[in-house]
Amino acid sequence: MIIYLLCLILFCCGLYCILRKRNIIKIILGIIIAEYAVNLFFILVAYRMEGRSPILSSEVEIVNMVDPLPQALVLTAIVIGLATTALLVALAMRIYEKYKTFDITKIKELRG
Amino acid sequence: MSKEDEKGMSLIVKVITRLTVGLILLYGIYIVLHGHVSPGGGFAGGVIIALSFVHLMLAYGKDVALKKLPKTAMSFFESMGAIMFLGIALLGFTGGYFFLNFISKGEPFRLFSAGIIPLCNIAISLKVGAGLFAIFVVLVLLKFEWEKKE
Amino acid sequence: MIELYVLLIFMIIGAIIAIEMKDLLSSVIAVGAVGLGLSIVLLILKAPDVAITQLVVEILCLIILIRATLKKDLPFSTTGRWLLNALITISFIVIFLFIGARSFKDLPEFGYPIMRVAKIYLKEGLNKTGASNLVASVILDFRAYDTLGEATVLFTAVIGVLAIIRRIGRKKKNEVVEEDDE
Repeated sequence: MIIYLLCLILFCCGLYCILRKRNIIKIILGIIIAEYAVNLFFILVAYRMEGRSPILSSEVEIVNMVDPLPQALVLTAIVIGLATTALLVALAMRIYEKYKTFDITKIKELRG
Repeated sequence: MSKEDEKGMSLIVKVITRLTVGLILLYGIYIVLHGHVSPGGGFAGGVIIALSFVHLMLAYGKDVALKKLPKTAMSFFESMGAIMFLGIALLGFTGGYFFLNFISKGEPFRLFSAGIIPLCNIAISLKVGAGLFAIFVVLVLLKFEWEKKE
Repeated sequence: MIELYVLLIFMIIGAIIAIEMKDLLSSVIAVGAVGLGLSIVLLILKAPDVAITQLVVEILCLIILIRATLKKDLPFSTTGRWLLNALITISFIVIFLFIGARSFKDLPEFGYPIMRVAKIYLKEGLNKTGASNLVASVILDFRAYDTLGEATVLFTAVIGVLAIIRRIGRKKKNEVVEEDDE
């Protein structure tokens, strides 16, 4: 169980960064770290002791393979995470253009 | 700084880029085509193809890179990738249901096996590669607008 | 298994460095180090498909972040009530950690998963689809709807970025906004 706890601590590091920092780019870095922790947790659940990777080979008969289902889920999740990050960076650049700063305490107007 | 940015980086970087960018593109295509016999698949291969164009743009400036892959071609490839993927899925209706694997399976461990899986890999790699390169081009163009104004 | 723990502690130290640095470029590079550690951990956990994808996606993410934040300054300002804010955040995170750690009792032990659905995929994968890479057969034949959904999300994200960066803003009254050729 220690290894699940370490994964949760990595997620909490990202969460702390999202809640406490004042720079928009630091908040984006916190979101990226939290995403890494969640993807790692999926693959940790799928591991099997003394397992092999789920790819068949023509010479050897492999009997003990790790779980391929969470790996398929995480594969799409990684690429979607990249798309979300690109969208956040585009929003941050637009905000910089209008307010000339990345500090979230100075962005106070509601109408555009 | 903006004129230098448009012209790209120094001479050493340009020479090395000329040698390696074709190899990166070839490696990406290899990973896409062998997606059903070895690790990789459409997503990783598509990102590597996008990375080769990004490499070209970082080293030579945006004019040379946009001449190699103009904006109309980018949007064409992305839409074509999505339409191909949906078309292959809808063609499964001829056999029975959505996404049916209707091409013959062939022998395992060869390149031409596994039904629709290689075609789906190619469609996805086109879409992912063109889409990610389009995102990068647009973000870099916005920065150029800022530097021109200052 | 000792290398797994060492790499996880390296990732946590990298994340803490990325949070606390004042320079933006150094924080981005520290996040890159965390991603590299994650890729090696995925390789140790016998998932080569995911490791390749994670490595190249993290490279592209770093390039986009560095391009956006280069030459921007970092104003650091603190207003009042800083101590109260920090105490509330840290107590929330500690409560979250406790409740999360208690829920790990329900998970199966690390290394012995319950593979009720995946047993069928492992046994029948080669006969039903003909692909040797079982993960590819799962994402493109057994669970192809999820891949269709992911392609849609990527398409929407590209359209979203292009819509945000366009230079035509909202038209004010009695003003003609000229369109720039893009």
